[in-house]
Amino acid sequence: MDNVLNKQELLRQIQELGFVALELNLFLDTHPDDEAALNDFCYITNNLNQLKQLYCQNFGPLTNFGNSMLSKNTWTWASEDDKWPWENK
Amino acid sequence: MWIYEKRLQFPINIKKTDPQLAKAILTQYGGPNGELAASLRYLSQRYTMPTSQAKALLTDIGTEELAHLEMVATIIYQLTQDATGEDYMKAFAEALYSKWDKGIHPDDSATIAFSSTYINTMGRDYIADLYEDLAAEQKARATYEYLLDITKDPDVIAPLSFLRQREIVHFQRFGELLDKLQSEKDMKTIHQVKLPEEKAYF
Repeated sequence: MDNVLNKQELLRQIQELGFVALELNLFLDTHPDDEAALNDFCYITNNLNQLKQLYCQNFGPLTNFGNSMLSKNTWTWASEDDKWPWENK
Repeated sequence: MWIYEKRLQFPINIKKTDPQLAKAILTQYGGPNGELAASLRYLSQRYTMPTSQAKALLTDIGTEELAHLEMVATIIYQLTQDATGEDYMKAFAEALYSKWDKGIHPDDSATIAFSSTYINTMGRDYIADLYEDLAAEQKARATYEYLLDITKDPDVIAPLSFLRQREIVHFQRFGELLDKLQSEKDMKTIHQVKLPEEKAYF
């Protein structure tokens, strides 16, 4: 990420780790005793939460209803500058 | 309780307008093997599943399907956002255009409205439900393959390929759950299903 935090790059990393966490979650549903998968899940979840916190502190909430930790007084959720996921323009 | 995350599960950035392709892909929004049917199927069946593991898997996959529903809508939205009224009308047929303009409505490609008859909730016969779920994942995978056959745009191929792969993973997890429940309940496993050979779409 260098020194300048890039919103799109950070979101991409959240998508990547979020996918790994989801995939491990489904695997653990049918393999609850798999220690390696559980260790991976804990490790990935920790990293994912750190990235999400970094995102929220810099760019506003990623989730609704109080599930994002905010450090700024900025409500970007409904801001025109904070695009919705289906918007690419 | 559900929480919305303001991001797609997989990045989508389509630059080329193609309302004809959007219409074909609409079937995965509100069609019989689409993502809405998938999500409602698992989220409705989970209440009468016999074990916590089964309830967890149906909740988690049912939730992931909602993220897929959003991906399919995003593909349709981006393929049509710059279409002119005339192009759009030609592709989507006047009936749909006159009802919804560019609104994304849960219909299939033949503009047939979404129906709850696409899903079953068989109550105490959870084995029947799980066989439906396995079949649903196979049919959705096949549908994505048909859509990939008619798609040349790499911006569309990437998310469609991702969605296709998810059907395979869900099929695997449902199969593991079915095996487990059948062995726990001392039932005989009757069938083993093999996937067709992998096809490269890139």
